[in-house]
Amino acid sequence: MNVITCIKRVPSTETNIRVGPDSKSLDTTGVEYILSPFDEIALEEALRVKEKLGTGDVTAITVGTPDAATTLRTCLAMGADKAVHIKDADAYKRDPFAVASALASVIKTMPYNLILCGKQAVDDDNGQVGAMLARLLNIPFISLITKLEISGTNAVIQREISGGYEVLEVTLPAVLTAQKGLNEPRYPSLKGIMGAKKKPLEEKTATFDSDTIETVKMEYPPSRPAGRVVGKGVEAVPELVKLLREESKII
Amino acid sequence: MQPILVFVEQANGQIKRTSLEAVSEARRQADIIKTEVIALIIAEKAETFVKDAGSYGANKFLAVEGADFKEYLTAAYTRAVLAAVSKVNPIAVLFSATPNGKDLAASVGAELKISVIQDCITLGYDNGAFIARRPIYAGKSIITVKALKSPALVTLRPKIFQLGVANNQAPSVEKLAVSLTADDKRVKLKEVVQSRQKKIELTEADIIVSGGRGMKAPENFKVIEELAGVLNAAVGASRAAVDSGWRPHTDQVGQTGKTVCPTLYVACGISGAIQHLAGMSSSKCIVAINKDPDAPIFKVANYGVVGDLFEVVPALCNELKKG
Ligand SMILES: Cc1cc2nc3c(=O)[nH]c(=O)nc-3n(C[C@H](O)[C@H](O)[C@H](O)COP(=O)(O)OP(=O)(O)OC[C@H]3O[C@@H](n4cnc5c(N)ncnc54)[C@H](O)[C@@H]3O)c2cc1C
Ligand SMILES: Nc1ncnc2c1ncn2[C@@H]1O[C@H](COP(=O)(O)O)[C@@H](O)[C@H]1O
Repeated sequence: MNVITCIKRVPSTETNIRVGPDSKSLDTTGVEYILSPFDEIALEEALRVKEKLGTGDVTAITVGTPDAATTLRTCLAMGADKAVHIKDADAYKRDPFAVASALASVIKTMPYNLILCGKQAVDDDNGQVGAMLARLLNIPFISLITKLEISGTNAVIQREISGGYEVLEVTLPAVLTAQKGLNEPRYPSLKGIMGAKKKPLEEKTATFDSDTIETVKMEYPPSRPAGRVVGKGVEAVPELVKLLREESKII
Repeated sequence: MQPILVFVEQANGQIKRTSLEAVSEARRQADIIKTEVIALIIAEKAETFVKDAGSYGANKFLAVEGADFKEYLTAAYTRAVLAAVSKVNPIAVLFSATPNGKDLAASVGAELKISVIQDCITLGYDNGAFIARRPIYAGKSIITVKALKSPALVTLRPKIFQLGVANNQAPSVEKLAVSLTADDKRVKLKEVVQSRQKKIELTEADIIVSGGRGMKAPENFKVIEELAGVLNAAVGASRAAVDSGWRPHTDQVGQTGKTVCPTLYVACGISGAIQHLAGMSSSKCIVAINKDPDAPIFKVANYGVVGDLFEVVPALCNELKKG
């Protein structure tokens, strides 16, 4: 079974987001980058599928700026067999359709039985590249998966829904997006990190569709009033309730 | 002017409140640009939902019906939305930013070759283009995005857009026949499993009470559940509580959990890490109960109480019950 995992390099979740000088994009000075957490879960699942079935390759693919190669190496260190880098200086300014179609154009030339994405990339929080990719490849799509069982070309999947989950069945290939709860991603081992340097990382180019949506401004959320401590311990409780009732009129 | 099309989502025999919010917002936009609102309902039997909805300003309902549309499945619903789009040639298609709404919008977007503006918190029309604002980095920043192509594809975040007034006039319903291909039926729904207690959905809750590592053990969450019961609130958790196995993953609030914006968020034994704050800082009022006066959660709390949650939370329950 050949599994492709679509991964994105994103600012660490610790980042204090600052607006850049163009007032439209992130100020990247001093920002540290990570493999997007849901993509980490997707990759972990790909590795588990391969380990369980004992055959096939796991490939990590990204549409990324040149420095995304570092993130692909992290994927190789976790255990991916190969990496594909669709290199593009403007990768993180492209809109989701442009990214999805570039991914689709390259994936079409690769062998695959399963494609795993994250539920969303934690920078733009779009949650749409996976669904678009499935449609562009004309294969089935299931989002928010929390359990995956494969036998032969058949997959039985649990998908998170409001207040519970649903069980879905599909014949592979398909695009699935990983939700938290699917697995606990492993850390790269020292051996994995050493081995990653020797694994193949292929560079590709793609033509990008022009953007259909455009970011015209980036700003900070409205600031909250400075925090206020009502008091200490149980003695503060009557005052708290009074404030909730009379000042903020919430209850 | 071309109409605005709104996808109306149903679940458990009812139209979702967030879809009514979307219809209401479509009405407001339609009044500005002087056009009609067409609501699209996809269900096994659509008629009942139309009646329930009142109209909230929809001029007309389009109904796609049949056994194939009983439950949400991305491919079948995508086919239905595409049929509606080619029938009415809308200037914009609005969805609720629910999990299904977002999938559906993206899937439709791929066919139309148009990116979706997801999770919008405001919508406007300026110089011939729809413009929307949406949070990114889990709310650490807000961007303004312009739709360069028509139709604009927009999903609206639940609980942000005001509900209009239902006029209880049943608008006209036109049935739209949609036939599915074999490819549209490749995913089969086997089973729907709902948790036994009827839980309030975090993203749609008016009040949330959350517990963190300070809860110390899973059984201690009964303190939180009791407070949630008194307040008719949903229960949330920090990642530390989820990763400890005390609470299900679905309860996690934060950058890699749910982004929530209730009127009241009560954080108990939660320090206020940046990833947690990202998911809940847009709550209208934040109450923090923590024994560490230097916990960062106090920086965003409208009302903080420094103290042991195992004393403060039960006292709060009692005080609230006094009425
Ligand atoms: C990639 C990534 C993504 C993440 N995503 C999320 C996310 O989505 N959501 C999230 O929440 N976290 C997330 N985190 C984790 C985050 O960094 C914090 O580790 C986590 O939020 C801490 O949870 P906590 O506040 O419950 O625990 P702690 O930070 O340990 O805080 C516990 C608090 O409880 C207080 N306390 C203890 N006992 C009592 C008592 N008896 N009475 C009152 N107060 C008491 C303590 O003073 C302390 O402030 C993420 C981290 C990473 C790296
Ligand atoms: N630039 C990219 N390169 C590769 N995969 C991506 C990229 N952007 C998004 N994805 C994939 O699509 C998922 C959803 O991303 P998004 O729609 O941007 O929230 C991510 O979790 C990745 O799996």
